[in-house]
Amino acid sequence: MTALDIHNVSVTLGDTAILDDISLHVAKGEFVSILGPSGAGKSTIFRLLTGALRQNSGTITCNGQPLAADQHGFGFMPQRDALMPWRRIIDNLTLGLEVQGISRKQARTQVTPLLAAFGLDGFARHYPAQLSGGMRQRAALLRTIVQNRPVQLLDEPFGALDALSRTQMQAWFERRWHAARWTTLLVTHDVREAVALSDRIYVLSRRPARVIAEMHVPTPRPRHGRPVRAESHAIEAQLLEILLDQTGELL
Amino acid sequence: MQLDTPRRPGRGLARGIPAVLSVVSAFLIWEIYVRLSGISPLVLPAPSRVLDQIVLNRALLWDNTLPTLKATFAGFALSLTVAFGLSVVLDFMPRVRRALFPIFVVSQTLPLVAIAPLVVLWFGFDLTPKVLLVALVTFFPMLVALVDGYAATDPEIEDLMRSMGATRGQIFRSARFPSAMPYFFAGLRISITYAVVAAIFAEYVGARAGLGIVILNAKNSFRPDLVLAAVVISSTLTLILFAITALLQRVVLRWRDVGGNP
Ligand SMILES: Nc1ncnc2c1ncn2[C@@H]1O[C@H](COP(=O)(O)OP(=O)(O)OP(=O)(O)O)[C@@H](O)[C@H]1O
Ligand SMILES: [Mg+2]
Repeated sequence: MTALDIHNVSVTLGDTAILDDISLHVAKGEFVSILGPSGAGKSTIFRLLTGALRQNSGTITCNGQPLAADQHGFGFMPQRDALMPWRRIIDNLTLGLEVQGISRKQARTQVTPLLAAFGLDGFARHYPAQLSGGMRQRAALLRTIVQNRPVQLLDEPFGALDALSRTQMQAWFERRWHAARWTTLLVTHDVREAVALSDRIYVLSRRPARVIAEMHVPTPRPRHGRPVRAESHAIEAQLLEILLDQTGELL
Repeated sequence: MQLDTPRRPGRGLARGIPAVLSVVSAFLIWEIYVRLSGISPLVLPAPSRVLDQIVLNRALLWDNTLPTLKATFAGFALSLTVAFGLSVVLDFMPRVRRALFPIFVVSQTLPLVAIAPLVVLWFGFDLTPKVLLVALVTFFPMLVALVDGYAATDPEIEDLMRSMGATRGQIFRSARFPSAMPYFFAGLRISITYAVVAAIFAEYVGARAGLGIVILNAKNSFRPDLVLAAVVISSTLTLILFAITALLQRVVLRWRDVGGNP
């Protein structure tokens, strides 16, 4: 069943065409990635889904229902972390739960056991300004995940991480996604990351963005902690070729 | 818990030294000038004479400081309440904001010399006109600060909260209001410096007691030393109020003192 369906959506901001007749869908429990050059309009798609922006034409449905402004409740991780500088890390992490009406105390007991896995142990009472870029990003990811929303929208969630913690976080997320059966839409620049995590991948063109390719990744799961299979390498190579063809340069 | 703001002992005091030096030397020059020139104390009393007057008239000054303080606090409390209440209304109703904001701007263009006697005429010699005048003078900087502060909220934080399914009220409480706090304190600092002066001015126009009355009587009996004594008290009050706001700001905006910026 289709959880998210974006159908012939176009967006123009001012005189600039940003999205040009984009159609993509995510099935319930599916992991879908969007790859595309910088400035293509990937984050714009998320702004449509979270209600920050309205499309000029086309339709967006969520579980068959039109996306009404008030029935949201996605787990959304913005590209910039959007941590509240006046809240301590622990209080940033509980924000989504508080919005759902859970008491701050109860929300804290829910979040605290996860701090260690996100490398935030001992930083609960720090302010965001006291954290490194990578730590802030992990905090933003944790803030998203603890809400346990059925649909996760992640805008480059691992971009600011070093190679090691990136792999760890990806593995952690894959396990968690698999267990929770989240419907996930991930935006990334990283071809390897997209292939490692996704069931399906959409490739966008430069702005105005169109869908120029759609790829299935049939590699069995769990994928992390195993040697990368030849079929994954082949898909990576193919994707790179499409992207290079588009941009004429490396991303 | 961990990692408190690094405290540099004595640094705050050390930073105050230039200010103290400049104030002290200004008074010294004043004192020396008065003594050397032999100018009449009826024209320009020396600082030492003003201090003597404060000590001599301490009972009178104290009795008249209390009404002024009362008017200041009551007026400021009213002003704070009105400014905050209005700011919330204006934030939730942009139409009302556009309709009412010009009125508030006009309220700030009214010359106090003209308004104060009228307010006293309407409300008598009691506390009410002073409270109203203090409120009139101090509410606008706070209102503007709050309204601007709400508008300065990071749109990404609001988008995030909306994606969480937050209501407008939740967004206000958790995002817009805290975002406005640094702005609010900027406005508060301006307001508080006007508050005592406004109360004194209101008393000057018509009251039974207060520092304004002391100043009026001292002026009428050609006692510039006593006028200045009352001025010293009034300035001290303002400085104390200013210090309290600064302290409050340190506590409320603690999050801004952490991290990179000292
Ligand atoms: N208000 C606006 N008016 C005009 N153009 C805009 C506006 N906001 C964004 N854009 C443009 O929309 C385009 C798409 O932006 P978007 O943030 O969706 O890109 P992206 O694909 O997420 O890029 P990146 O990978 O760098 O994050 C950009 O080229 C940007 O300049
Ligand atoms: Mg983006």
